[in-house]
Parts: sequence; structure tokens; C-alpha cells
Amino acid sequence: MTDDTTFHHGSAVASAKPIIEMKNIEKHFGNIIALAGVSFDVRPGECHCLLGDNGAGKSTFIKTMSGVHKPTKGEITINGKAMDFSSPRDAMEAGIATVFQDLAMIPLMSVTRNFFMGREPTTGRGPFKRMDIKKMNEITVNAMREMGINLRGPDQAVGTLSGGERQTVAIARAVHFGAKVLILDEPTSALGVRQTSNVLATIDRVRKQGVGVVFISHNVRHALAVGDRFTVLNRGQTLGTAARGEITPEQLQDLMAGGQELAQLEGSLGGTV
Amino acid sequence: MADTAQINSDERLKRESFSARLMKRPELGAIAGVILVTIFFLFTADSAMFTLSGIMNFMTPASQLGILAIGAALLMIGGEFDLSIGSMVAFAGLIFGACVVTFGLPLIIAIPLTFVFAALVGAVNGSIVLKTGLPSFIVTLAFLFVLRGISLVGLKLATGGSTQLRGVRDAIEGDFLIPLFSGDAFGGLFTWLASIGVVETFNNGAPKVPGIPVEILWFIGLTLVATFVLLRTPYGNWIFAAGGDRNAASNSGVPVRKIKISLFMFTACCAALVAIITVMDAGSTDARRGFMKEFEAIIAAVIGGCLLTGGYGSAIGAFFGSIIFGMVVIGLSYTSFDQDWFQVFLGGMLLIAVLFNNYIRKRVTGER
Repeated sequence: MTDDTTFHHGSAVASAKPIIEMKNIEKHFGNIIALAGVSFDVRPGECHCLLGDNGAGKSTFIKTMSGVHKPTKGEITINGKAMDFSSPRDAMEAGIATVFQDLAMIPLMSVTRNFFMGREPTTGRGPFKRMDIKKMNEITVNAMREMGINLRGPDQAVGTLSGGERQTVAIARAVHFGAKVLILDEPTSALGVRQTSNVLATIDRVRKQGVGVVFISHNVRHALAVGDRFTVLNRGQTLGTAARGEITPEQLQDLMAGGQELAQLEGSLGGTV
Repeated sequence: MADTAQINSDERLKRESFSARLMKRPELGAIAGVILVTIFFLFTADSAMFTLSGIMNFMTPASQLGILAIGAALLMIGGEFDLSIGSMVAFAGLIFGACVVTFGLPLIIAIPLTFVFAALVGAVNGSIVLKTGLPSFIVTLAFLFVLRGISLVGLKLATGGSTQLRGVRDAIEGDFLIPLFSGDAFGGLFTWLASIGVVETFNNGAPKVPGIPVEILWFIGLTLVATFVLLRTPYGNWIFAAGGDRNAASNSGVPVRKIKISLFMFTACCAALVAIITVMDAGSTDARRGFMKEFEAIIAAVIGGCLLTGGYGSAIGAFFGSIIFGMVVIGLSYTSFDQDWFQVFLGGMLLIAVLFNNYIRKRVTGER
């Protein structure tokens, strides 16, 4: 593969066994079929992009993957073992971490306190059991530096970080707590150009640490910048999976829109979509 | 650590000045307030105010309010209000008074029983707030009236028509737990200090300050514990998280419901502690005990830097907020001003504190 970009350095081993496999997942909400047989898998060290327009079923699908919804039909296997998640906690324990759009961060609290929220390491015993602040600060600063962000200090409030930096804190947190599969729900959708490139660079770093990344987006350019494989969802079904280099941006765009109309539209817009 | 140098190597970062760091502390406003109020009284009040006995004089009401304010502050940081703590003081006073006078129980049983009842009401308050999703403001406002009413009715039942229950002092006379909740501590030390001339004495040689009133010690102890819990324990981190953003906190595995209910219970227990101390001090309990204290406690917490929206604040701030309160209430009697200026002062202080807190929050979160 020679088409490495600024955000894509070296490919995942294509022969590696998938960490998580989802086969023919169906999800019905009453009489609405949100997912009608979606298959998807993630290998260690790859970034698998899940693309689709609004309403394609992306959110339902990742919620199934992260244990929020139970699939109506289909099977989920992790490292070959069949799994049955009944809560997000189950999925988290199996190594599937999800960074949702709201990021689960509290602006008034420091980066360190956010980083360890709900999972604080302690030291001492009995009534003197306390958070190990020194260790927490060290881990946070190091984890953030590995993601290419120099914090002003670990006690900096998350509210003072930019959107991209917050996204990075959330990703670093998930990786630190042992995520094997990292699901990112539209991480670039609300960001500016510079911040988007920071997040894409972060995704590339995480990928190279051997974590499987699921990158949800409806922006083809962002997906192509870091993705190894691309799966397009439309109306609750997969329209196929393509590897990096096998597909052009135009083809992806067309698949997402579900056919011809966009090709005509694109013509009249002069290729700006 | 070779890492440290690298951490600070971002060329875009200016070194933060000491004052800028100080500005980010939530308790700054309250400390500045204490200094301002002290300066004001140094110029206007009789010099007796800042003698040892004068300080004990204003620290005693400050402590009684402060114990409530610490509870209110933790609850506010956790994102909820409790308007029923004033009425809770009267209610707990009734339980305590009835236990010792009507039922003749010893303190070792009466005191835990009072705390249990208070904690139960706190838990009910909290459960209603969390179950219904109603604002805690409205739920606890209801309890403000409910508890005050129960206290009135209960007192009349216990006394046969009066709203005051007397005879607490006789009922508990000689109980070994009295020194923990009533009177002055370190009496021996103060007698000794008086004998070597450090503490002023009356003509008969007894020290003018017989010791430190126990409520002051409770107040300081509670502040230290609350500060330790907030800043150094996972539970403290969860309080901030639950108040900062409930959804984000529970998505990260923080047991938000448990945290909030336990905070309601703690606040109620603070009110019970104040009730026990003041009832034992006065020797009686009445239905007006703790009247309006809920507002004063919340004001002290807000002066101490707690945001009304939750997720931010400090116990040390509430500590100084309460001291400001005590100084003004008592201090005005050392001056030639009319004492009722106190209320005007209180309102003004609250307004300034809220504006100041808003400004601080914007600085902390980098909002523009």
C-alpha cells in the first residue's frame, strides 16, 4: 500500500483475526426495522470506517456493538467467543469502549479528574483511603502527551480545552483503560479544520498501538484520510465493504447517498459535496 | 523526572502567575470577603470585638450556621438544594427533646436516634427528587413546611399544648456524652493560659474565655473532613461529577443516585447535629429553631464559591462564608450602626458573590 497520507501510516495486517465480529445483525424497534442484517468486523490495528447518511442505522448499529441495544437477531463474537451483552458495562469489560458525541466529560472538572472519573486509583487504607493524585496526574499527562497534546497542567479544567483536545482526552481515557476496540461516534462532525486533523492524527496513533478503531462518519474525506476499510450502511443494510485503495471518494459518496441522484446533484454543485 | 521538562516545553504556554492560579480557587471570594469585613470592623467596631472573647462570640453563631453550610455546600456541589434544613433543625430538635425529656432516654441512645430520623427524612427527600426528576428546590420547599408543621404539632403533643419543650438540661444531667456536644472544650488549657497571663482574667482569677465552644471544634473538624473527602477521595470526585453533568457521570460509571441520596442524608444529619448542640445549650427546644437557616446556609455556601448550577465549590469556602456571616451579625452590635443593617448587608453580599462566581466560572471553563 503506497497511498499513505498525513494521517495514515502503514496498514493493518490484513490476515489478522478480527477482534470483534458482528454477523447478520438485525434490530427491530416495534414494527420499524432499523437494522436488516448488518455484518461487520474489526481487526487489531485497523481503522474500519462505518459510513452512512443520517438515518442509515449507524447509531443503532454502534449502540448494539457497545451493549446499549440487544440485537433482535444475529451474533456477536469477540476473539471467536460468542457474546451476549446486556449492558454497556458488559461491553466495556470485554474491551469495547465507545466515545459518544457528548464525550462524557465535565467541563468544570480538571483533565485528571475527568480522565479517572468513576475509576479512581486509591492509596492508603481505612478512613485514610484516598485518590492517588500524584499517580493520576502522571498517567494523565503521559497519556495526553502520547496523543500529542501538551497539557498546561493536569489540573487544567476540561472546559478550557478545544473540542479536538476534549475528543483526544476521551480517546486517551478509553485506550488507557484497556480498550481493544474503540468506537468513535462522529468524532470530527463538530470540529474545525485544524482540530479535525488533530483528531485524525490521534486515531492513527491509536490504530498503531494495535487497537481496532471503528470510525463513524458521514464525511468521506475524513474517512479516507485514516481508514483501512470502509463499510457503507444504507437504510439498515450494508452496501459492502471495501479496502483502502479499492474505492474512490466519488464511489463512496455515491454509495452513501444510495445511488444515482447524488451523482447528478454533484455535477450541478461542481464537485463540492 | 526527565519528563517534566518536556511537559513544560510548549512554547505557546505562558507561565501562570501566582495570582492567576489563586483566582482559580473557588474559595478566593470568601477569603477576600473575610479580609474586607475584618478591615471594616477594625475601623468601625469597638476594639473588644477582636479580643479572644470577642472572637469566640462571633465564632459561635458562625459555627452553628457553618455546620449547616458545609452540608449545604456539599449538596450544592452535588447539584441539588435542600431548603428543608432549617425546618430539619426544629424537627431533629423535637425528636431529640422528646427522646430525652418525654422518654427519658440516655444520650447514647437519643443522639443516634436523632441522626437516624434526620437521615431517613434526608433519604426520603433525595428519593423523591431522583424518582420524580422534579427540581430539588420544589421538593425540599414542600418539606420546609411539612417538617415545620410536624415540629409544631409534635411539640404540642409532647408538652400538652406548648410549642416549647423544656427540661432538657435536667433530663440529661451527668450524662457522659455532654462534653462532646455542649459547653467549652480545653477548659484546663485555658485556665492554665490564664494563670500565666496569656488569656485575660476576671477579677476573681477565672479566665474570661473558659474554653473553646464545642460547636467551633465540630465546625472546624467537619470542614477538614469535607475538604479531604472532596479533594482527595473518589467519593469527592463523584460528587463533583454528579453535580457537573449527571449523564456524563453515570455514563462513566459513577453511581449518581447513591451519591445524591447520601448527600441529602448528610445534609440532614448536619442539621440534626446543630439541633442537638443548640438544644443542649439552651436546655429546651422550640418550633422556631432553625427558622430561615436554610437560606443563610445556602448564602454562606454561595459566598464560599458554590455555583447554583452545581459541580463547583468548596467546603473551605463555605467555612469562610459562615465566618463572614457570624462577624457581621455579631460585629454590628460592637458598632454604632443599627443591627438590622445586617439583612441589607446579607442581600448585597449574596448578589456580589453570585456575580463574582459567574465571572470565575467563565475563567475556569474558558467560556467567552
